[in-house]
Amino acid sequence: MPKLKIEDLDKIVQRQKKTTSLRDGAGRVKITVHMGTCGISAGARNIMAEVMRCVDESGASDIIVTTTGCAGLCSREPMMTVEVVEQAPVKYVDLDKKKVSEIFDEHIMKGNVVEGYALAIGSERTS
Amino acid sequence: MSATPNGNIDGKSLVGEELGGYRMHLMLCAGTGCVSGGSYKIKDALGRELAKHNLTNEVAVIMTGCNGFCAQGPVMVVQPDEIFYQFLTEKDIAHLVEEHMLKGRPVKKLMYTPPAEKTAVPKMSEIGFFQKQRLLALRNRGLIDPEVIEEYIARDGYKALAKVLTEMKPEEVIQETIASGLRGRGGGGFPTGVKWKACREAPGEPKYIVCNADEGDPGAYMDRSIIEGDPHSVLEGMTIAAYAIGSNKGYIYIRHEYPLALERLKKAITDAREYGLLGKNIFDRGFDFDVSIHQGAGAFVCGEETGLIASLEGRVGEPRPKYVFPAEKGLYGKPTIINNVETFVNVPAIILRGSQWFTTIGTGDVTDNPWGGSKGTKVFSLVGKVHNTGLVEVPMGITLREIIFDIGGGIPNGKKFKAVQTGGPSGGVIPESLLDLPVDFDQLIKVGSMMGSGGMIVMDEDDCMVDIARYFIDFLSSESCGKCVPCREGLTQMSSILNDICKGEAEEGTVELLGELANTMKECSLCALGGTAPNPVLSTLRYFRDEYDAHVKHKKCPAGVCKELITYYIDPEKCNGCMLCARECPQDAIEGEKKKLHTIKPDLCIKCGICRDVCNQDAVFVR
Repeated sequence: MPKLKIEDLDKIVQRQKKTTSLRDGAGRVKITVHMGTCGISAGARNIMAEVMRCVDESGASDIIVTTTGCAGLCSREPMMTVEVVEQAPVKYVDLDKKKVSEIFDEHIMKGNVVEGYALAIGSERTS
Repeated sequence: MSATPNGNIDGKSLVGEELGGYRMHLMLCAGTGCVSGGSYKIKDALGRELAKHNLTNEVAVIMTGCNGFCAQGPVMVVQPDEIFYQFLTEKDIAHLVEEHMLKGRPVKKLMYTPPAEKTAVPKMSEIGFFQKQRLLALRNRGLIDPEVIEEYIARDGYKALAKVLTEMKPEEVIQETIASGLRGRGGGGFPTGVKWKACREAPGEPKYIVCNADEGDPGAYMDRSIIEGDPHSVLEGMTIAAYAIGSNKGYIYIRHEYPLALERLKKAITDAREYGLLGKNIFDRGFDFDVSIHQGAGAFVCGEETGLIASLEGRVGEPRPKYVFPAEKGLYGKPTIINNVETFVNVPAIILRGSQWFTTIGTGDVTDNPWGGSKGTKVFSLVGKVHNTGLVEVPMGITLREIIFDIGGGIPNGKKFKAVQTGGPSGGVIPESLLDLPVDFDQLIKVGSMMGSGGMIVMDEDDCMVDIARYFIDFLSSESCGKCVPCREGLTQMSSILNDICKGEAEEGTVELLGELANTMKECSLCALGGTAPNPVLSTLRYFRDEYDAHVKHKKCPAGVCKELITYYIDPEKCNGCMLCARECPQDAIEGEKKKLHTIKPDLCIKCGICRDVCNQDAVFVR
């Protein structure tokens, strides 16, 4: 067991960052995969797995991945919503693994909305 | 750094990089309260259900320290969304995992519903209990796995230690601590830095650091919770203190009754040693420090500094007069610092964020006088007749009303607030008229109570204040070490007088005698136990004299508690003859036929109150 040096503290902090940012609820991007019964039967579990793989591969520590229920548009499942901090949420529909990885690279990493796969930008009116 | 001390969950190693791969953390409370409520069964159930849905690689279950909201346990917080679940049982888990963890639909019926409202509150930060709290000592509660050292480090753990070892001289650490206004959290309220200074300057080697984790107040569990939830913060605080006073050896004096805290502490010490955060030449700065654990056998008096030292040395736990303070001559006759768990835990926060920041929280002004105010926060265990019992950390200066009504959610069952007892058995009761009192060391003493280690017991109209005083005096009487006469004999006599009063056998003038005895004890006892022991009597006499008079002069117990002074009756207007009370009475003391009025036979009745508890009509009353 190597003894810690002072600079090692920061290395551990960096390494643990994914853990801490998740618990602080502070992320740059939040990806929500819609996991209603409709979503799951259309393959949302695979979408989730792909999202998790992309996040892992990118090594990013500021992305929060979460699930939610049916978005109300069952015919267009699997769906996911991407929310970049201080930008309107974007809903993507009819997803497959390839599209997910493309959206991840373009939208989440580079900030360009992939319009071809997007259903809409913004949220529904709730009030 | 491949072989780190790993946390272990379901056989899966939990070091940083792997934990990063999860999208959701289930922060399940593994404090003693929730564990006895079944958290480990829930953990197993979560494991099973997550596996069933193939979610084990996406969702991690983290066992955390006490979350504080013990009344609602077992509790779990789901991150990143901060969804708060309560009263979990094994059978809820299948539904919960499928709905929330798989489909992302939080389950409302398992969430917290505030007493006055009907809709469930999902987020932790929206729950009144958590809203008014300010976490310094408990900064990591529920956020880290206490058994994984990396999680502590990730939240700036051991950074304060690195800072003092590289940038600060011991004298500067002491100066910073004095400037912060930090006062002993074990109850005495002595300025921590001033004590350290005296110890550093005292002649004699070696010097010792002792952590007092001998938490003896009934109903208090602040220290246990801190150690269970964040053991490394205690170790870091102790190490910084050791550096400040020039000590290389520390002891943690912990109660034998705290098995979980002990286990986590041992793990923390092992991990810290492996990382070189305890031991020789810490951070290669030429400073050595290590700690040993000493288990106490649970004597209340061993929480007193000199009693604790005696016990640590292997002698009978009896205090000695403090003409010379332990800071000069303590353990084995050497300069010794004894600080409470909560005091140590505050130290890294002060070092990292600065004394200036610390003084912005709390009351008074400590610029020129370390006794000039109460800075920072205090952890209280809020128990008794309140909705939300649990562990709360609040800024000094908050009012009792805010703690009891805003955080505690008020008194259950529509009852009326009567008094709150602070400072443990040797603290005092504070009546309703003083509810707006700002809570700090000096204000509490002014009204005849004290901060103590932070017990806070709420009482309602059904509590008899004479009975309360009797309870605490009986407790103290059996915990008195017997070394000095005023405490030993004083408590025995007070206990017998109070028992007489409760039985209605006291004569006129007894109350005055009691007051006199209490004042003598306060003056003449050897240690803090005896000196503060009369507080329950003095404060109840001060604020609830009428209850004493009712017992002595009229042989009545207004709250209906003292058995010898009350009789149970059934209200003929209300009784509907359901026979429930007659069936439940263990003495067969209730007679009556179906749908006819029931009566209690006074000669058979043992006044256990079961009839009153079971009656649906509120027909049983006490007079």
